[in-house]
Amino acid sequence: MSTETTQNGPVQIRIAGYGGQGVILTGMLLGKAASLYDAKEAVFTQSYGPEARGGASSADVVISSDPIDYPLVTEPDILVTLFQEAYSKYRSSLKPGGTLIVESDLVHTNGDANVAGLPASRMAETIGRRIVANVVVFGYLVGKTGVISKEAAIKAIEATVKPKTYELNLKAFSAGYARATEESGRE
Amino acid sequence: MPGTVSATASTPPRVMTGEHFMVGDHACAEGALAAGLDFFAGYPITPSTEICERLAHRLPQVGGTFVQMEDELGSIAAILGASAAGARTLTATSGPGFSLMMENIGLAAMMEIPCVIVDVMRGSPSTGLPTLVGQADVFQARWGSHGDYGIVAYSPSSPQECFDLTIRAFNVADRLRIPVFVLMDEVIGHMTERVVIPPAQQIPRVDRKRPSHEPGDAVFLPFKADADLIPPMAHAGEGYNVHFTGLTHDERGYPALNAQTHEQLVTRLVNKVAVHAPEAILTEEVDLDDAEVVVVAFGCTARSARRAVAMARQQGVKAGLLRLISLWPFPEERVRDLGRRDAVKRFVVPEINMGQMCREVERLTHLPVQSINRAGGAMITPQSILEVLVS
Repeated sequence: MSTETTQNGPVQIRIAGYGGQGVILTGMLLGKAASLYDAKEAVFTQSYGPEARGGASSADVVISSDPIDYPLVTEPDILVTLFQEAYSKYRSSLKPGGTLIVESDLVHTNGDANVAGLPASRMAETIGRRIVANVVVFGYLVGKTGVISKEAAIKAIEATVKPKTYELNLKAFSAGYARATEESGRE
Repeated sequence: MPGTVSATASTPPRVMTGEHFMVGDHACAEGALAAGLDFFAGYPITPSTEICERLAHRLPQVGGTFVQMEDELGSIAAILGASAAGARTLTATSGPGFSLMMENIGLAAMMEIPCVIVDVMRGSPSTGLPTLVGQADVFQARWGSHGDYGIVAYSPSSPQECFDLTIRAFNVADRLRIPVFVLMDEVIGHMTERVVIPPAQQIPRVDRKRPSHEPGDAVFLPFKADADLIPPMAHAGEGYNVHFTGLTHDERGYPALNAQTHEQLVTRLVNKVAVHAPEAILTEEVDLDDAEVVVVAFGCTARSARRAVAMARQQGVKAGLLRLISLWPFPEERVRDLGRRDAVKRFVVPEINMGQMCREVERLTHLPVQSINRAGGAMITPQSILEVLVS
């Protein structure tokens, strides 16, 4: 019943951007995929401070194979930052050896080692609409980390987005996922 | 559609059977719908607003009535009126609105009108911290309106419990003819987790006791209690001669402003909750069998406490958790029993207030009771509880 705190224990993920970049939906998709389609436990929380209006916005997800007691992200294993202020604010919270993903057109990391960058907004424009940049990031995150399965991720998208935007969102997800797997030489 | 207000053409059913990834506030709203909510009146306030939003969308879809009121005084008055006419009624608020409702909560207790009131607790007093967590309304829930009366209050620790306990709140309210509180906290109200909603026919339902007399029967006394101290409820508009008043009233429901009637009535209002306490009380016990240190916690703090107990055990400290699922009635016998055990050496009570439920534990044991407090705005961390457990 109790949660392990070893490397087999909960994975903490923080996705941070500014209001309108879709970080809340990304967190929701991640948690829903794990919880409903990957037979894992997941808790999704978000910043509800006054700064959530128009400014910085963050989505926090904890995923575990065991029941999750403490629900909050304290030291993310995976940190995604989609603009500069989010990078500056949260970079130091990343667990040593953790995965850092940034929107490379919007975040300058000044030589930060082991950064995985992708130009998600440009990729989304190529696909058709800039608004799905967050789903490109979602695909990249899933491909890069394997924290949830690709199948569960796609089911979560299908169950969440409006049916008429499903194909667009699926393309966005696939583009991000493909970029991650090409980088790692998998698939 | 799970977790979000659906954009699909078909109207979702009253009971959204299935697995959902759902925020606590929505799970509370869905629990109310599943319980057969007929009428909601409320005034939106953070962090309970999502309950209002969800019901504004969903309740009219399933034939219920949603009213956004002018304020919280109107909200509580409206749900009492609708309940007196036979509806299952709910309002949802946070501390500032809860304070405004106190007068009519006493009226509900006095007139024995069942209703459910959700308070999603935020940093307080006054308007305090609208978007951040608190657990400081727990004594207000018990003692907030003037005078002596009994109520029941539940404190969920997960979105699933927001769903389950809201259903239970309706059943207990109708069974005992009292206001029942669901005291969520901001962390639980705004947390998203799996919520499993069972088939409609598996949702438990306990209805109000109804009069055995026909309407118009002159011998019927609407406030004459049965042996269980609960009077059958005659609704307004059914033909019964019913009179509801906040004044001290006799078995006819008419004002009887004397000491003897008052003694009988108030004693019964207090005792009817006391004698039914065993049906209302809910606790969860974790690792208590050999525990030397007993943590007593509720709401989001119970989640930190569960982690702290596991960490303490890894360090060789025999800790256990008594999780309060019902806050009121307080599980007095359970705490007394734990305090009498040879193994148990002390109690630890973490809560996001300056020390409220710890007083309940203190009055039931001679053992040391250590209080862990923070005023509000953030969860109590597992580490801060662990430090006390291993000290």
